Amino acid sequence: MAASNKSWKYFFKPKPTKLNRSRAGNGLLFTLMIIFGLFMVLPLVMIVNNALKPLDELFQFPPKIFVRNPTLENFTDLFVLMNDTWVPFSRYILNTIIITVGGTAGHVIIASLAAYPLAKHNFPGKNILFSMVILSMMFSWTVTQIPNYMIISWLHINNTYLALILPAWQFGMGLYLMKQFMEQLPDSLMESARLDGASEYKIFWTIVMPNVKPAWLTLAIFQFQQMWGNTGGMFLRDEELKPLQYALQQITAGGTARAGASAAVTFIIAAIPITFFLICQSNILETMTTSGMKE
Amino acid sequence: MASLEALAVAEKQKKLSYRIKQNKASYIMIAPYFILFFLFTIAPVLISIGLSFTYFNMLEAPTFVGWDNYIRLILEDDIFLIALKNTLLFAVITGPISYFLCLLFAWIINEFSGKLRALLTLVFYAPSIVGNAYLVWNIILTGDRYGYLNGILLKLDIINEAKLWMQTEKYILPILIIVQLWLSLGTGFLAFIAGLQTVDRSLYEAAALDGVKNRWQELWYVTLPAMKPQLMFGAVMQITQSFAVADISINLAGNPSINYAGATVVTHLLDYGSTRFEMGYASAIATVLFLLMVGTNKFVQKILRRVGE
Repeated sequence: MAASNKSWKYFFKPKPTKLNRSRAGNGLLFTLMIIFGLFMVLPLVMIVNNALKPLDELFQFPPKIFVRNPTLENFTDLFVLMNDTWVPFSRYILNTIIITVGGTAGHVIIASLAAYPLAKHNFPGKNILFSMVILSMMFSWTVTQIPNYMIISWLHINNTYLALILPAWQFGMGLYLMKQFMEQLPDSLMESARLDGASEYKIFWTIVMPNVKPAWLTLAIFQFQQMWGNTGGMFLRDEELKPLQYALQQITAGGTARAGASAAVTFIIAAIPITFFLICQSNILETMTTSGMKE
Repeated sequence: MASLEALAVAEKQKKLSYRIKQNKASYIMIAPYFILFFLFTIAPVLISIGLSFTYFNMLEAPTFVGWDNYIRLILEDDIFLIALKNTLLFAVITGPISYFLCLLFAWIINEFSGKLRALLTLVFYAPSIVGNAYLVWNIILTGDRYGYLNGILLKLDIINEAKLWMQTEKYILPILIIVQLWLSLGTGFLAFIAGLQTVDRSLYEAAALDGVKNRWQELWYVTLPAMKPQLMFGAVMQITQSFAVADISINLAGNPSINYAGATVVTHLLDYGSTRFEMGYASAIATVLFLLMVGTNKFVQKILRRVGE
């Protein structure tokens, strides 16, 4: 009895100030967590295991979830396929780096720049502009894709990296999260600099930005997640401009003959955003504490 | 005298033009963002609404047709009605369920201690960020004996022959809903976890003195009202997401799917917009979707404002 009490304490955080947690309640929550946790994690486990399976295990009947003889064959197959592509494979990687880094860096900078006055200054038009940003979070980009395509053609940036980068810069949730996070910075921080004669731009770069590091890491990660899945779609026509996702999709589309390489591809597609999130998890959660919508 | 001068200055400061001039730095700082925002968000919405009243094929100039597109949508386009029905079903089921699951899991996860909490957060959040890797569900749902779901169900004797999951009308929508739920613990979920961690501890102590007996009462009377702002943010995230379902339908069930069982408003929009180039008609579909999303969001915000009142 005493021992099991102790083991519960190991899993659940001690809350001396909170009410006693009933053991039945703990048990129920634990069971729920295991059932749903398994459902959530099983496809992810399959992604990892399939990537490590030799071909005969991939086509085994009955199918097994866990790999018996793990091998890196699928990854070497993938590298062989990469050497066969129309344009050098490194080109796809370079394109993805240009698009994601460009889209992410620009977004973090201009969204922060706009978030600072919205959070800390009082100027005419501020409320209506911010409520338009909130409104933009209430519909998805699919609604506007036709006019977006037309606007990108008018700007003559179709079939350039900018067709993907520029629209990404004005992603509404980023501005929203940054503004909410900046609002909790104490005004005194900026006031003393203002008395010293610093300009608003200087205050922004030297005082505000260093203090909102968790927020810009969060914006960067969310933006990266958005850009990572982009295949270039209808905006990039030239093969040498297409991003990595497009090339990976072509390999996956190869059907059963490429099942091994395709399993390796799926693993890479999933592993990269998960790794980035893992590194920044605590910063992201810190930012999300201020994400609430006030009336 | 001095007070009169002060009054004159105050009068001057009230003037709009003066206040705009005073805040020149602010306007310059927001300009880059909002120029792009108008270009890629506001203008497209307005253009889309405008085009929805025209016939436009991208080659000739648009011609005004009044309400024709909308009338055709509702009276003649049977597939649109199926798509609309599916989208509403999807939204009505996955919206509230995913919202509730986000909240439930965030709440349970918050009961665990440090390391384990970080791990559970990762496990539940990960599916929403794996991008195209959700295609692993294709392997699970393969229609022959090599499919994992068929394999398991055959072994357990629940079914006696392999089922063609994604080619059978009655399975398509339920399966898409399950996959969508798997993908849906995203930004809203993170906001809830973060929100739960910030609820003031003294509130719980005070509630205990007031006679709150167990964690369920604590959740209802203390936790939920304290994290109302996060609840509203999470609602926006889940609602918008549940109305926009298209990719998983196209990639798992095909477009068009068997008897349009997996058609949603977005797949219908893509069909007219990028396959048939009927831009006016596609814009009418987009406008309906826009109104549905924004309308539902506004409505739910109104309800959530009442939590704890």
